[in-house]
Amino acid sequence: GWDKHSYGYHGDDGHSFCSSGTGQPYGPTFTTGDVIGCCVNLINNTCFYTKNGHSLGKEKKLGLIQVSFSSSQSNLYPTVGLQTPGEIVDANFGQQPFVFDIEDYMREWRAKIQSTIKRFPIGDRLGEWQAMLQNMVSSYLVHHGYCSTAAAFARVTDTTIQEEQTSIKNRQRIQKLVLAGRVGEAIEATQQLYPGLLEHNPNLLFMLKCRQFVEMVNGTDSEVRCFSARSPRSQDSYPGSPSLSPRHGSSNSQIHSTGADSPTCSNGVMSTKSKQSHSKYPTLTSSSSSSSSSSPSSVNYSESNSTDSTKSQQHSSTSNQETSDSEMEMEAEHYPNGVLENSSTRIVNGTYKHEEILQTDESSMEDGCPQRQLCGGNHAATERMIQFGRELQMLSEQLCREYGKNTVHKKMLQDAFSLLAYSDPWNCPVGQQLDPIQREPVCAALNSAILESQNLPKQPPLMLALGQASECLRLMARVGLGSCSFARVDDYLH
Amino acid sequence: RLLYLLQQETSSTELRTECAVVLGSLAMGTENNVKSLLDCHIIPALLQGLLSPDLKFIEACLRCLRTIFISPVTPEDLLYTDATVISHLMALLSRSRYTQEYICQIFSHCCKGPDHQTILFNHGAVQNIAHLLVSTSYKVRMQALKCFSVLAFENPQVSMTLVNVSVDGELLPQIFVKMLQRDKPIEMQLTSAKCLTSMCRAGAIRTDDSCIVLKTLPCLVRMCSKERLLEERVEGAETLAYLIETDVELQRIASITDHLIVMLADYFKYPSSVSAITDIKRLDHDLKHAHELRQAAFKLYASLGANDEDIRKKIIETENMMDRIVNGLSESSIKVRLAAVRCLHSLSRSVQQLRTSFQDHAVWKPLMKVLQNAPNEILVVASSTLCNLLLEFSPSKEPILESGAIELLCSLTQSENLALRVNGIWALMNMAFQAEQKIKSDILRGLSTEQLFQLLSDSDVNVLMKTLGLLRNLLSTRPHIDHIMSTHGKQIMQAVTLILEGEHNIEVKEQTLCILANIADGTTAKELIMTNDDILQKIKYYMSHSNAKLQLAAMFCISNLIWNEEEGSQERQDKLRDMGIVDILHKLSQSSDPNLCDK
Repeated sequence: GWDKHSYGYHGDDGHSFCSSGTGQPYGPTFTTGDVIGCCVNLINNTCFYTKNGHSLGKEKKLGLIQVSFSSSQSNLYPTVGLQTPGEIVDANFGQQPFVFDIEDYMREWRAKIQSTIKRFPIGDRLGEWQAMLQNMVSSYLVHHGYCSTAAAFARVTDTTIQEEQTSIKNRQRIQKLVLAGRVGEAIEATQQLYPGLLEHNPNLLFMLKCRQFVEMVNGTDSEVRCFSARSPRSQDSYPGSPSLSPRHGSSNSQIHSTGADSPTCSNGVMSTKSKQSHSKYPTLTSSSSSSSSSSPSSVNYSESNSTDSTKSQQHSSTSNQETSDSEMEMEAEHYPNGVLENSSTRIVNGTYKHEEILQTDESSMEDGCPQRQLCGGNHAATERMIQFGRELQMLSEQLCREYGKNTVHKKMLQDAFSLLAYSDPWNCPVGQQLDPIQREPVCAALNSAILESQNLPKQPPLMLALGQASECLRLMARVGLGSCSFARVDDYLH
Repeated sequence: RLLYLLQQETSSTELRTECAVVLGSLAMGTENNVKSLLDCHIIPALLQGLLSPDLKFIEACLRCLRTIFISPVTPEDLLYTDATVISHLMALLSRSRYTQEYICQIFSHCCKGPDHQTILFNHGAVQNIAHLLVSTSYKVRMQALKCFSVLAFENPQVSMTLVNVSVDGELLPQIFVKMLQRDKPIEMQLTSAKCLTSMCRAGAIRTDDSCIVLKTLPCLVRMCSKERLLEERVEGAETLAYLIETDVELQRIASITDHLIVMLADYFKYPSSVSAITDIKRLDHDLKHAHELRQAAFKLYASLGANDEDIRKKIIETENMMDRIVNGLSESSIKVRLAAVRCLHSLSRSVQQLRTSFQDHAVWKPLMKVLQNAPNEILVVASSTLCNLLLEFSPSKEPILESGAIELLCSLTQSENLALRVNGIWALMNMAFQAEQKIKSDILRGLSTEQLFQLLSDSDVNVLMKTLGLLRNLLSTRPHIDHIMSTHGKQIMQAVTLILEGEHNIEVKEQTLCILANIADGTTAKELIMTNDDILQKIKYYMSHSNAKLQLAAMFCISNLIWNEEEGSQERQDKLRDMGIVDILHKLSQSSDPNLCDK
C-alpha cells in the first residue's frame, strides 16, 4: 500500500494503506493462522478486506481506487508482503471455497443490478412505450415471416403492419426453402420474386451458391434430389406451398439443359418468367455482349454481375461502398447491427417452423437410405454436383477478377470443396458445414437482403435492440464497468 | 347495521361477505374507526363468522380481523378470551393461502409475552406454521417467519423445539439461513436473523455455530448500515445487541465486522440537519426516530463492551462517545436514558476507563441525577454502575460520597426490588472498602443496625454476602474495629452467632469467620470473642471442618487472638490451650495445607 496505485492492509497495526506511507486505522491486526481476504468490487470501485471470513468493512478512500481502476494501464494484482524469512502463505483464488461468503455478497449485487434495471425510469411516455413494444414484437414477427401470427398480433393490438401480406409470405417461402436445404429453389424463387436482387449482391449470391453446393453434397438440394425417387415425398413436406412443386421440376430441367451447353440461353429461369424485370435494366444488352468472351456456363453470372456493377454505380453511395469493400461486407453486415448475430439467429430458430420441416426431411431421408451418402448416393446427382462445383469455381474466379481477391469467398469455396475429399463428409473436419444449422446464417442474410431491397430494415428492431444491448455490455466489460457481469442479456431471454 | 347483517344466518353468504369486506375497509381507517368497531363487539361477530363453511366469507372475516388486530388500539387479549378460537384458527390454516397469510399475521401481532407464546405453542403453532415457510407465496412465507420470530423471542421452549423441526427434509435453521441471503428482501433477512438470534440465546444453537458466526451476525451488522431504513437499523442493532450480549467471542467478531463501532456513531447523527421547524408532525416523527436510534446504539455499545477491554477502549475512542453517553443520561426519553446507563455500566467495568475518561467527563454527576426518582429498571442499572464507580481506585468515589450517595444507597437497601437491594448494599460495601472512619460511621448510621440485621436475614444469598462483605470492610484496621465494636459489638456478635448457627452455604460461613478474624484483630474487640465461649467453641468446630477454606478462616481467628506481640496474649493462649485447640493445631500441622505455617 505504500507505492503509487497500490492498496494494502497491514497485519502489524491493522491499518490500511492507500498509495501512501501513512496508513489509516482500518481493522484488527492479524497474525499466523488468520485467513485474510481481499475483495475488489468493480461495480462501485471499492475494496474491502476480510479476516477469518468476516468482512472488515469498506475502504474509505474510494477516490484513489476509482482513478486507478479507470486508467487502463494500472491493473491490480494480488500481492502479499512478508517480513521475516521462512514465512509461509497459502493463497486461495477460489480453487478452494472461500471462508468469507463471497457467493452471498455477489448475490446481493446481482439483485441490486437487476433491480436497477427493473426500476429504470422510462419516463412519462408510457403510451408510447407500449406502442413501441408492440411495434417491436410485430416487426419481429414480420421479419421472420410469421405472417399469420403477425396478423393476429396486429389485430389484437390494433396496429398495422407495414409490409404487405404477400410479401411476407414470399419471404417466408424462400426462407423455408433455404432452411430445408433446397438452396437452388430458393435462388430461383428469389430471382423470380425479387428480380435483380441477387445480381446486385454478388457476395450474397456466392454465399448461396456455396451453400447450394454443400446441400448438394448433403443430398438435400433439389437439383440432386430430383434424381432420387424420393423427391415427390419431400415436396409433400411443404403443405403451405402447393404451387411450388410443379414449377420446380420444369425450371430445374431447364437449368440443366441450358447450363450445360447453350450460352445463348444463359438466363435460365429468368428468360421465361422474369423478362419484364430484365427489361428494366438498360444495361442488359451491353453486358450480354461482354459475356461472349467468357466460358459458356459463367455467362449467366457475368451478366448478372455486370448488371450489378453498373447498377450500383447508379445507386446511392451506400451500396457503392458495400460492393467496393466486398471483403468487409460480411462483417459489416453483422457487426454494427448486433454482434451476436449468430447466437441471435439461433434463438430465433428455436421457435422456428423449419425445425419441423427439417425433421420430416431428415426422417424421410433416413428411411429412404439408412446410410447417408454423397448426393443421396445417386450417380447422376453426383455428376451434377461436380458440374455445379465447376460453375461455382468459375463464378469465384469471375468475382475475383471483377472485385479483387476475396479471402472470405476463397475460404468458403475451399471449405465447400473440401467436403469431397473425404469418404464420409459428415464425419470430417469440415463436416460441420453439412449441419442444417449452418443454413441459418445464409437464410438470415438472404432475408435481410430481400428486406433491404424493399426499403425495409434488414434487421428487426428487436434484434437490433438486442444486439445493441449485447454490444453495450461488451463495451462496458472493455472499459471495466463491473456491473455488466451481472446483467447478461441471456438472463432476460427465457 | 352491517354487523347485524353479518351475523344474520339467514342472509346470503354473498351479502355477509360484502359486509365483512366493508367492515374491513372501515377498520383500515383511523384509530377511531377501529375503536368504534371494537365497541360494537365486532370481534366476536367476526370470529363467529369463521365457523361458516364458505371459504370466501371466512377469508373476508379473517382479513377484517387481521386489520383490527394489527391496529395498536386493539388489546391482544381479545384473541385469547375463548380457547376454541385458537384451535379453530389453526385448523383454518390449511384452507387457502389467504387464510394462512391473515392468520399468521394475526398471531404475530397478538403474541405478546410468554403466556401468549405458550398458548399458541400448545395449540401446535410450530408444526402448523412450519410448512408455510416454504409456501410459494411470499406474503405467506413472510408472515409465517414473523410468527416464528415472536414465538421464539426469549422463549427457550419454542426455540428448542424449532431446531428440530424440518420441512421437506430441511431443518428450520437451514431454512432460516436461506432466508438470510443477501438477495432476499431486507424484511425477510432481518426477521429470520431474529429467529436465529432467539434460538441461539435459548441455547438451541451454539454461539460458535457457523450459521450464527458467519450468517446471522454479519447479516445483523449489515442491517445497521447507513443504507438501511431507520426502523431496520434500530431493529438490527437491538437484535444484534441481544445476540452478542453474553458471548465474548461474538462481541469480538461483531466489533471488527464492517466497522460496526464507527457505523453506530452515525445513529447519533439523526436528524441530520435541524430543518426549519415548519411541520410539527414531522418534527415529532423525527424525534421519535432519533430516540429509537440512540437507544438502539447505546444498547449495542453496551453489549459490545460488556466483556472485552479492547472493545471498550475502541468504543470510548469513538468520536464524542462519552459526551453522547452523558447527554443520553439526561434525555427525556426513559428508553434512551436506560440504554445510556446500560452502556455506561458496561464501560464502567474497565479499570482504566474509570480512571480516565469517566473522570474527565464527570460521569458521576448525571449518573447521580439519574438515580433520583428514576423508575426501577433504570435504578437497577444505574446503581450497579455506581457500584463500579465507588470502587476504591475510582477517582469518582470522593465526589459521589459528597453528593449524598450514602443516604441514597441506604434507601435502596430497603427496596422491594431484590436487584436494587443487592446493588445498594454492594455499593455500600465498595464504599466502605479502605474508607475513613467518618465514612464508615456514616454508613452505619445511615443504615441503622435494624436495617443491617434485616439484611443479614434476607432470603437472598447475594444480599447476605454483600452485607457480610460490608461488615468485613467496615471492620478493618484496628482502630476502626475497636470503635465500631465498642458501639455495635453486641449486635454484631449476635448476628455472627446467628449466621454460624444457621443453614448457610460455605461462602457465607467463610465470610462470617473472616469477620470474626477481623474482630479478633482489634485490641479491645478481642475481648468480645474471648469472653464468648459460644463463639470460641464454634471457631474450634470450624477448625476441624472438612472444608479447607473454613479451616483457614478459623485459623485466622485463632492466630489473631494469640498474636504474641500484644498485651495479654499469654492469657488468651492459655485459655485456648485449655479448650484443646492446640491438639487440633497439631493435627492440622501434619496436613499438607500451607496454613500450618501460621503456628
